[in-house]
Amino acid sequence: MELLLQQVLAGLATGAIYASMALAVVMIYQAIDHLNFAQGEMAMFSTFLAWQMLQWGWPYWAAFVGAVALSFVGGIAIERVLFKPIQNAPILSQLAAFIALYGILNSSAGWIWDFNIKTFPTPFGSAPLFGERLIGTHQAGMIGVTLLMLGLLYLFFRGSRLGLAMRAAATNPESARLVGIRVGWMIALGWGMSAAVGAVAGMLIAPVVFLEPNMMLGVLLYGFAGAVLGGLSSPGGAVAGGFAVGVIENLAGTFIPYVGRELKLTIALVLIVAVLMVKPSGVFGRTVVSRV
Amino acid sequence: MKKITRRSILTAAPAAITFIALPARAEKQYGPGVTDTEIKIGNTVPYSGPASSYGTIGKAEAAYFRMLNDQGGVNGRKINFISYDDAYSPPKTVEQVRKLVEEDGVLLMLAPLGTPTNSAIQRYLNQKKVPQLFVATGATKWNDPKHFPWTMGWQPNYQSEGHVYAAYIIEHQPSGKIGVLYQNDDFGKDYLRGLRDGLGEKAKSMLVVEAPYETTDPTVDSQIISMKSAGADVFVNTGIPKFAAQAIRKTAEIDWKPLHILSSVGNSVGAALKPAGLENAKDIVSDFYIKDPTDPQWKNDPGYQQWAAFMDKYYPEGDKTDAGNVVGPSFCQTLVQVLKQCGDNLTRENIMKEAANLHDFTVPMLLPGIKINTSPTDFAPIKQIQMARFDGERWKLFGPVLSGEISG
Amino acid sequence: MTGPPRDTVAFAGASPRTLVIAKPSTRHLLIAAMLVMALVIPFVLKSFFVFQLTLVMVYGLAILGLNLLTGFNGQFSLGHSAFYGIGAYTAAILMEQLDLAYYWTLPCAGAVCFLVGFLFGLPALRLQGLYLALATFALATAMPQILKFQPLEPLTGGVQGIVIMKPDPPPGVPLNADQWLYFFTLAVLLVMFAGATSLVKSRTGRAIMAIRDHPIAAATMGINTALYKTLTFGVSALYTGVAGALGAIAIQFVAPDSFTFLLSVSLLVGLVVGGVGSIPGSLFGGVFVLFVPNIAERVSTGLAGAIYGVILLLVIYVMPSGAAGFVRFAAARLEAKGKPR
Repeated sequence: MELLLQQVLAGLATGAIYASMALAVVMIYQAIDHLNFAQGEMAMFSTFLAWQMLQWGWPYWAAFVGAVALSFVGGIAIERVLFKPIQNAPILSQLAAFIALYGILNSSAGWIWDFNIKTFPTPFGSAPLFGERLIGTHQAGMIGVTLLMLGLLYLFFRGSRLGLAMRAAATNPESARLVGIRVGWMIALGWGMSAAVGAVAGMLIAPVVFLEPNMMLGVLLYGFAGAVLGGLSSPGGAVAGGFAVGVIENLAGTFIPYVGRELKLTIALVLIVAVLMVKPSGVFGRTVVSRV
Repeated sequence: MKKITRRSILTAAPAAITFIALPARAEKQYGPGVTDTEIKIGNTVPYSGPASSYGTIGKAEAAYFRMLNDQGGVNGRKINFISYDDAYSPPKTVEQVRKLVEEDGVLLMLAPLGTPTNSAIQRYLNQKKVPQLFVATGATKWNDPKHFPWTMGWQPNYQSEGHVYAAYIIEHQPSGKIGVLYQNDDFGKDYLRGLRDGLGEKAKSMLVVEAPYETTDPTVDSQIISMKSAGADVFVNTGIPKFAAQAIRKTAEIDWKPLHILSSVGNSVGAALKPAGLENAKDIVSDFYIKDPTDPQWKNDPGYQQWAAFMDKYYPEGDKTDAGNVVGPSFCQTLVQVLKQCGDNLTRENIMKEAANLHDFTVPMLLPGIKINTSPTDFAPIKQIQMARFDGERWKLFGPVLSGEISG
Repeated sequence: MTGPPRDTVAFAGASPRTLVIAKPSTRHLLIAAMLVMALVIPFVLKSFFVFQLTLVMVYGLAILGLNLLTGFNGQFSLGHSAFYGIGAYTAAILMEQLDLAYYWTLPCAGAVCFLVGFLFGLPALRLQGLYLALATFALATAMPQILKFQPLEPLTGGVQGIVIMKPDPPPGVPLNADQWLYFFTLAVLLVMFAGATSLVKSRTGRAIMAIRDHPIAAATMGINTALYKTLTFGVSALYTGVAGALGAIAIQFVAPDSFTFLLSVSLLVGLVVGGVGSIPGSLFGGVFVLFVPNIAERVSTGLAGAIYGVILLLVIYVMPSGAAGFVRFAAARLEAKGKPR
């Protein structure tokens, strides 16, 4: 029983990593209706920028804000420069462009900062939480920040005019243009926000997994799985999905005898696919009904 | 005057050629890729992809040969070092090695990196009779001169390391319960096998948790927790630096204090212990065959100083805390010795003959007391290691130089 | 001058995705020229290049498999590395454990993969778009883990993989092993490409494309979408599986980590670059996937990945619909220029 609790807690802690990534993934999906493969690399690159600022002696929060701001601008720039020219290309071509971006960011990061692991500080410290040694203060902080971001984004999209405009632009670009919304800039804004969310996620994740150019591949894939499990139309669902993936994977690895250790990723994914069979749009996703 | 007809030339020719060739044949014999002024050497290393942290080994090797060429090369010949990226993908390695052998015409392959990648090219190189020297992996299978006479390893192999750990555990904690962290591929499983074999019949009772990880796993926290919960009091940590460091840190975080044995793959102070937190690494035991460049005890050691000077001048952007930058030049130095022993007889056969003819050879960054020895039946150049304990600041070597000999 | 000659037909095709260029006679001439080149090349170039061309054909065939599913049927797959791997391992196991001749491994690999693809296609019916992507991605990620799985080790060789002997040409044939394999692969390629072309042009092909373009209308017209979708999954897996078997024979080695998700990504890139929905384009995709990483490495070893990304982006900008789309576009322009106003 105690092992179960421990593994669940550890799973939630790892799940927080996936949840924050899943949130960034869903953010951009809501803005542009595509999955951005390069999301993880953008987050990684932002974290390296923050690390570099720390190396130059900036205090933590200055580097944090600096990295988030740079990522926001960077995200917009990438959209305007790289993706606008191909926005009318077939979906798969755009997907290939994301893959290209992945290669560029990963390779550049390795070239600039090399491939050895680096430590990245956490503002939450690493003391055990409530004396319980399985969840540290950092993990708790990570969960807290993810939920906070989720809350802020929810308020933004539901409660502000700009948020409304963005949702309109993503759902129905034609009509949105007709009412005067600048759809192109809404998409760019979506990219910027997603990059910023990714930067925060990266800076929360790096203290746990150590900073290096390849740190995000596994995280992105798990985050993607979590987002799909929760439902790509639901940011809250994505976050829940991320946590769920972390817990499922841990429990599968620990408790399924003989097979579990070596196949825990497979088992986790099989479970997710099984869930999708029952709920094809994700657990919390809205089933899209389209007119024929 | 005698008319110079075609016939006269043809008759004279063989005599003339013999006259010119005869002394030359006694002096110089060249395999492919060799001229009077140059020797072409091939290499593959992952410069991209998930294993790209090992790319620095290739860069260090290239830098070393640059230095060697500046100093005049070997026996008057410069080394043309051609290194390609294989992204740690066996199909790509096959393609790149075929290119090196068939297009670039290299004399031999030096230190191709990785176990699956070397497995993919082993048969091809042996069929083509191209030396596959000093492969950059510790898998046990490279010491098999009977079946693969053109393949030779270099570092102590993982199984013998596993044997050494088993012996240490039996000596210091004979009733211990062991948790093993290993990478779920052939290098990790090689360690596991060595440990199991070394424990013999006790393996079943002593090994309580065998926890694999994939390189795409973000953390290994779950594996460490399982070990503690299973009551393990010995932890054999064979992870690569990133995961070794995560494991060390997690062990400290959950207040678990096992007898912690770290493998030579993950024991670099700069690459693994510092990120994990030096205080967390106290009392960890590991095995070494090379000098840890971050260890201050080597500060005045001539071998270290030589290496540091080389890094500063020829590979300044290289990380001096990365053990990869130590093994790279060491491979090169071993090859240079082989080439020196060959003299002007630089055929592939003679290269293998001399590679199997190294006696008590050392390179500057090997631990004192550890020697390179090969013979026609022994293709494992380095078989010795020494244990060390981390005191919170640096590794303190202890005990005798141990020999762990296993062949593939 | 009353108009363009009768036999010139420049049409975009019944479906916007099929590739047609200009006069049928020009097209036949082109194909004949390429065939002659393909037959002559192995005698002109060195063994290593012949080996590379064999790999190009292998990847082209694998991409064709993906094309059948994604390009012609609209089902998104990130999991084709799994089918490639299953095909490769089938061939390896049959050759090494059962001593089967290499040519028999191809139909076996195809059959096994067809079955797996079909079975996977059944639950996939419920999923659309990115959700299907995740399911296929799960398959791709699971494959290396399953291949490394301890209890299966006696069969799969576990993490060590399996080494395969290269097939020798039949006695009396004056070719070396590389050339023989090249021609063998070429023959298989031609047969399978012909098969795909006739499939696409047939009624079944039109049904498959109809499902891609407008699934609801297709169902209304009486097309059994479920059957066609799962069959396409199976056929697509078959093609990629046969490619995997050929690849295994060419490389002479299979190991679990050769068939990761990254291979799926490569196939996808090849699909896009060659042209989604274009059969000949798949071969161009194979060329891209094999050669461009090498070119990128030549430019800069440290930044090879970045250079690759830049080249890929350039290709997408210049040819958003892939090479096939570009050829179509260029041909249409040329036709337009030729037509009187």
